[in-house]
Amino acid sequence: MADYPRPLPVPTPETQAFWDGCLAGELRLQKCDACAHTYFPPRDFCPACSGRKVTTFKASGKASLYSYIINHRPRPDFGTEPHSIAVVTLAEGPRMMTNIIDCPQTPDALQLDMALEVAFEKASETIALPKFRPVKG
Amino acid sequence: MKQISVAIVGAAETTNMGKIPNQSVIGLHADAALNAIHDAGLTAKDIDGVATAGESPVELAHYLGITPTWADGTSVGGCSFMLHVRHAAAAINAGLCNTVLITHAESGKSRVGARKFGRDPASQMGQFEVPFGVTSPPTMFTIPVLRYMKEMGVTVEDLATVAVIQREWAAKNPRASYRDPITVDDVLNSSMIAWPFTKLMCCLVTDGGGALILTSAERAKDFPQKPVYILGTGESVETPMVSQMADFTTSKAFRVSGKKAFDEAGIKHADVDHLMIYDAFAHLPLYGLEDLGFVKRGEAADFIREQNTAIGGKLPLNTNGGGLSYMHSGMYGMYALQESVRQMRGIAPAQVPNAKISIAHGVGGMFGASGTIIFSNEAP
Repeated sequence: MADYPRPLPVPTPETQAFWDGCLAGELRLQKCDACAHTYFPPRDFCPACSGRKVTTFKASGKASLYSYIINHRPRPDFGTEPHSIAVVTLAEGPRMMTNIIDCPQTPDALQLDMALEVAFEKASETIALPKFRPVKG
Repeated sequence: MKQISVAIVGAAETTNMGKIPNQSVIGLHADAALNAIHDAGLTAKDIDGVATAGESPVELAHYLGITPTWADGTSVGGCSFMLHVRHAAAAINAGLCNTVLITHAESGKSRVGARKFGRDPASQMGQFEVPFGVTSPPTMFTIPVLRYMKEMGVTVEDLATVAVIQREWAAKNPRASYRDPITVDDVLNSSMIAWPFTKLMCCLVTDGGGALILTSAERAKDFPQKPVYILGTGESVETPMVSQMADFTTSKAFRVSGKKAFDEAGIKHADVDHLMIYDAFAHLPLYGLEDLGFVKRGEAADFIREQNTAIGGKLPLNTNGGGLSYMHSGMYGMYALQESVRQMRGIAPAQVPNAKISIAHGVGGMFGASGTIIFSNEAP
């Protein structure tokens, strides 16, 4: 953990609750009190209606695979094997970038629309990254 | 606002292109600027408006000894120069300045005097994309395409065909970086960069630049070069993060920018003789053809495969070879504009016979921004 080599996020006041959630094992999203729009990335107002009253809540952690690449370019900080960089659609609607883990990093194994669930990967004392893995079933 | 009263009267690329280890970024800006100023029959003292991206317009103006009454530093990626053209046309129409210089240059390959890559880890991208392994455009711009391919029934062979046809155009351009013919198999068998993208589906990385001079259409008649008139312009932006693009099968910024330009110009798609679509990667022309409305959604791959955009086709596209084969120093939009101007002047190496209307459509960031310029060689 101490030698986690990849660039890590530095939270801002607007995003601290999200990253605190990841450390606590919760995927946190925000919902507008006025128009009920659920959104990501975090900010302290609603991007759909500009309302300033929003509520942070624990999301289900369920998602589906929207699109991805398998990066073959050498990345010393990501090891030597090709790895996925994916965008998932959360059950609540927003999309986020992530890596698909616990799964071969191949086109056959990574099928669009496959069911996924969040899994947090601790990277430092203050940061855990939300990754996603196939739902077993 | 209609931009019909403005024309391009000077246009040039850097003296050298490709690998230029003996010139810095600002040196390349100056080289392109001096070439364009010369092309227009002017001196630097005649310029009273400056615009550039990457570098500051302050740096550009001071380096060239220009004291402008108008400056624009809009920097939204590779289409910034389309936005500069649009803004300059409005500024000239509003009387803010008379003669505008727009420059682009990058030391993309040699990195002489170039800015360092990297994102602030507290930025939105630094927090929500960089930790998952994205670095440069090959790991970001490529991410939407599998969704597009699934929804539209497009194959990797279709992506490869884009690169093959553009290489055919490049072969006619002496300044193109890559001119040897390639096949679909060559493209598919080139090294894997980011599945499903192989190396020949990705743009070049080169050194170079270009510059444009704009003035009012009324003054343009007195310049040595054939004026290239601006019929319509558009711009828009969507997102700094490709992961937050609303729909991975279509670019909102493309649609908004393209529609605005067509509305301003008052032309129909059938009127367009020549088209440039910024092709940082092989999927960009597919999105561009659909989002600009030249074909219906899902039809672009068929349109290209059926040779409509190839030599002899009804809509010649990326006739310099594009970012895939001509050159790409980082912000390619300037080279798309240069090729449109050459085509309208009638001096392009792969000249489209009797072309009267040309469109240069650019992308900035990773589907983050867009700019569209419609040119004509006939006074509106």
